[in-house]
Parts: sequence; C-alpha cells; structure tokens
Amino acid sequence: MGAALALIFFYAPLDEDGLNQKIFYIHVPIAITAYACFGWGGWKALRHLWKRDERADLESYVAIHLGVIFGVLTLVTGSIWARYRWGHWWVWSEDQLFLFLVLFLFYCAYFMLRYSLAPGPQRENLSAVYALFGVVLIPVSVLAIRLSERFIHPVAFDRGGPNMAGSQFLTFCVAVAAMLALAAMLYNLELAGKRLDQRLRELREALQ
Amino acid sequence: MSTEEKYVAAVYLVVFLVLLAYVFIIALKLQRLVRDVAELAQLAVKRRGPDRKAVAVG
Repeated sequence: MGAALALIFFYAPLDEDGLNQKIFYIHVPIAITAYACFGWGGWKALRHLWKRDERADLESYVAIHLGVIFGVLTLVTGSIWARYRWGHWWVWSEDQLFLFLVLFLFYCAYFMLRYSLAPGPQRENLSAVYALFGVVLIPVSVLAIRLSERFIHPVAFDRGGPNMAGSQFLTFCVAVAAMLALAAMLYNLELAGKRLDQRLRELREALQ
Repeated sequence: MSTEEKYVAAVYLVVFLVLLAYVFIIALKLQRLVRDVAELAQLAVKRRGPDRKAVAVG
C-alpha cells in the first residue's frame, strides 16, 4: 500500500485533469476490490451449495461483508470526485452509478435476510442462493458504461486498451494489487476472528 | 490549499478513516475473544475439581 501511495503521489504524472486525477488511483481499485469481494462471496456460496463445504458459508459472509465496506468507500469516493468534476454529488441518469448502487443495496439486503433467519442449514442455503443471484449483477454493473449512451462517467479502458500513459497504467496496476492485498488481509483477519468465536462458543457449550 | 487539493485530501482521508474504523472494530472483537479464552480457561480449571492439582508443563 505504501508503494502504491508513493507511486500515486511521486511517480504518476498529471494529465489534463489536474490533481483530481489522483482520485482515480484510489476510487477505481476500491470499486474493483468491491466487485472482487462480491465475486468471491458468490464463489464461496456456490461451493457451499455444490460441495456442501461447511466453511464456505462463513467465508461467503465475510467476503460479502468486506464487499459492502468497499462498496461504501466506492460510493463515497465517487461522490466526492463527482462533486468536483460534474458539480453534483450524484447523477441518477448515469447507468454505471445507478447499477453499482443497485448492486450495493442488493448485498446490503443480504444481511437483512441472513439475520432474519435462525442459524442453521436453512439460513446457510438461503444466504448462499441470494449471494449467487447478486453475482449476476456484477458484469451488468461493470459493462453498464459500455451500454450507456451518455458518457459523463469517464472511460479508462476501451477496446484499444487503457486510455492512459504507461507510467499511469503501472501506478494503477500497483494500486489495484495493493487494494486487493489489503482486502485479502482484512478477509483473513475477520475470518480468523469469526472462526475463533465459533470454536469458543462450542467450547463454552461443552464446558457448561 | 486549493479546492482541488481539498477534494483529493477528502477522498484519501475518508478511505483512511473507514479502514481505520474497520480495523478498530476487529481489534475490539479480538480483545473480547481474548477475555472469553481467559474465562473459559478458568471454567475448565474449576471443572477439573479441587482434588486434581495442576501439573507444570515443560
């Protein structure tokens, strides 16, 4: 993360966008990480349903939890950037913004579903099915900018490759890798805590 | 500080604060788990009974 920040502020050149282009290096990697977390949560949900992997339910839950946190960051950083660039905190007519909000709210509702059911196989199965449905929204949200007729939201990548200089692209790749590594670390940390909590609860029941 | 610099600073500050809050919450949970482990260790010692003495290990 330190290397990514150093590249962002001391290596990547400014383009015609000026200093606010620095927001791109954090906003887009956060959005990609949110998609990755939701995708990982969906994959674990599939494993739970398919292989009946007992650990997969908790792994899916933790991944979606992290995805929602990165989703909040995507919306907040995007809004601040939009306020500067477009003069508005939010533009409802933009398909990509709207679809990301739908995806985010969909996964927020995952927690409402999960905690409205008693712990057990029914909760695990319904949560897994719900998480899998959300995965369908990810490509729709990512590709929305291609389907959109209005292009207020900047396009960083098109069929010809990245629309940026080599040094900017390198900085962007390092920032993405750093954000994914940070998410992986937080995922393992939260998962270890949850598993320990679960084991302690079982131990308490055995002792009492 | 120019308006542009303020917006850039705001974005990075928000990210830092949210991640800090997340790590802080996780740290609080881990502290609770440490307390739980200590409590369960005490419970295990009590259940072992007064007639059985602890044996030094190592």
